[in-house]
Amino acid sequence: MERTINKFSVKYIQILDEKGNADKRLEPKLKPEQLKALYRWMVIERAFDATALALQREGRIGTYAQSTGEEATHVGSVFATAENDMVFPDYREHIAFIMKGAPIKNLFIHWGGSEDGMAIPDNAHIFPVCIPVGTQTLHGAGFAIANKLKKEKTATLTFVGDASTSTGDFHEGLNFAAVFNAPAVFIIRNNHWAISVPRVCTDLDWGGCQSRAETLAQKGIGYGMDCIQVDGNDVLAVYSATKQALEKARKGDGPTLIECVTYRITPHTTADDPTRYQDEKTLKAWMQKEPLKRFQLYLKRKKLWTEEWQRALEAEAKKLIDQAVKEAEAHKPKRDDIFSFVYAEMTPELERQKNG
Amino acid sequence: MAKLTIVEAVKDALDCEMAKDERVIVLGEDVGVDGGVFRATDGLYKKYGKRRVIDTPLAESGIVGTSIAMAAAGLLPVAEIQFDGFTYPALDQLFSHAARLRNRSRGRYTVPLVVRFPFGGGIRALEHHNESPETYFTHTPGLKVVIPSNPYDAKGLLISAIRDPDPVIFMEPKRIYRAIRAEVPEKDYTVPLGKAAITREGTDVTLISYGAMVRECTKTADTLAAKGTSCEIIDVRTISPCDYETIYASIQKTGRAIIVHEAPLTLGFGAELAARIQENCLLSLKAPVLRVTGYDTPFPYFKLENEYLPSPERISSAVEKVMKF
Ligand SMILES: Cc1ncc(C[n+]2csc(CCOP(=O)(O)OP(=O)(O)O)c2C)c(N)n1
Ligand SMILES: [Mg+2]
Repeated sequence: MERTINKFSVKYIQILDEKGNADKRLEPKLKPEQLKALYRWMVIERAFDATALALQREGRIGTYAQSTGEEATHVGSVFATAENDMVFPDYREHIAFIMKGAPIKNLFIHWGGSEDGMAIPDNAHIFPVCIPVGTQTLHGAGFAIANKLKKEKTATLTFVGDASTSTGDFHEGLNFAAVFNAPAVFIIRNNHWAISVPRVCTDLDWGGCQSRAETLAQKGIGYGMDCIQVDGNDVLAVYSATKQALEKARKGDGPTLIECVTYRITPHTTADDPTRYQDEKTLKAWMQKEPLKRFQLYLKRKKLWTEEWQRALEAEAKKLIDQAVKEAEAHKPKRDDIFSFVYAEMTPELERQKNG
Repeated sequence: MAKLTIVEAVKDALDCEMAKDERVIVLGEDVGVDGGVFRATDGLYKKYGKRRVIDTPLAESGIVGTSIAMAAAGLLPVAEIQFDGFTYPALDQLFSHAARLRNRSRGRYTVPLVVRFPFGGGIRALEHHNESPETYFTHTPGLKVVIPSNPYDAKGLLISAIRDPDPVIFMEPKRIYRAIRAEVPEKDYTVPLGKAAITREGTDVTLISYGAMVRECTKTADTLAAKGTSCEIIDVRTISPCDYETIYASIQKTGRAIIVHEAPLTLGFGAELAARIQENCLLSLKAPVLRVTGYDTPFPYFKLENEYLPSPERISSAVEKVMKF
């Protein structure tokens, strides 16, 4: 006997096309202020990125990972979180910190080479930058399991890159979240690249790529987890998918894996030279699909966007960011703080090393 | 003879061995098309092709775990881990399997594997890009641990590591990857594992170190020479197995020893050396053995890294202490 015992499919959603036309059936019910807020965050993220890049070039901060081109994925998903939903970022979602309530200066302090930047206010529900990729998946799962045990109606939102889905911790994290039916949502920022290693395999016989799976979303299926792929440059699609997933999670209906398909239109970090491995034509094509333009067209059609407002937003962003840079550069980390936060109470030996 | 940097010497070693022996393969994250984030494998992909210079998925446990079995299957894999801090996901495979397969199978299965990675601080890098994890590997029986401090040794030691029948952890001091240019023979040659080098002769005190810290010791010795203190410098080169005899002989001559490493103090390699020195050279010692090391804290972000890293100033003050004792 032979029969099919299971079949799977993965849904894809796009709400805004590249020209900013909305699919009316899927359009989320957001108020004009909310739509404008989404756009504002994206403008701030882009301005932050440009400033951080300029500072890096001048040696005023260290190696920096740019976010330009991924704004819809970052902003759409974090915008869907409730205040108490904890976010588990990696290193590219700078705006997530700002949206969750961390002062902008903290990001410049962090990227400027001090742990002090991750001393964010208690009411900012976000974990510190996580660099060993994939590892935070388990934290997103574990925090959600704790929320569930504590009977708290909050969820977690965890970001990983496309390449991070190759790590063991990513898979363990999904499995834990699924078997505990945890209120956790996982966002894969599929920007198509690790550093130089592409997401998609062209040689189907010999590596050189990240995954042969047709979608990364389907990795959830193996763990019995709901999954969906969305256009990651469409802020409304990202928002809607995340909103639904978070609501489902809070209701006790389990975790979701959301793959946001976008493209890394910048170098991996300021230390990277993508001309060594990236094809110019594909890059140019993806640049056409960048997320701000399309959302701007949508808002314009809704009569929510004017050139004047754009200028005002940019001026506001510049002011906020310039002020933050000034404050960050005035901040001087203290040598003693190398020792201060290792344990709750400094050990006598550390005290000795500090003074020695 | 060409003048090469350490990172170029590493590439040269890989090139020599790959040309000579087709069992040698290179694998890791971004080692192929990109040539490695530090360009340590630059050009090898073009020369040897994607079947021997392999861009893997992002998974250190995956890279090391599969390399172990490739080695057991008769290949000679040289796995690159992109940074020191990302060896940690691979520790289970290294500790539980690479280090033990020979013993577990009574020699039936062996792991002639090299795992190489850039290590240490001083380059204004992000968190997890500044670690000095040599103690973990050295504490694991079955692994060898090699750390060059100059281009000549980098090439000769890496070739020895590739030819060694056991798993070798090869740690490259990234802070001086391009700081020194020195003559390196074009053909293949070996620098034996398990042999320390006396890089400077002296009479008053022995400075023992490895990797990027050898240069800090040399700077210190230069300054102190002008003030009349003569330092002998030992570059350990292979932490495991360690050439204790060369170290003892030096201390029997100078009567004073200072160990310098970036890794934290507690249970750092300096602790092992200090214990051995007192076991073997007690009556030659004119002063306690001192250690100048990183602190027992996480490596700080780069604004404060120079507070953490052993500096010529800190080494000098240790020398002063032992001289005055
Ligand atoms: C465990 C681990 N290994 C290696 C690295 C070095 N590294 C930093 S980012 C990166 C690529 C990550 O790609 P992806 O997960 O797709 O995220 P992206 O950078 O594209 O946003 C690598 C290899 C790391 N940070 N963590
Ligand atoms: Mg990526």
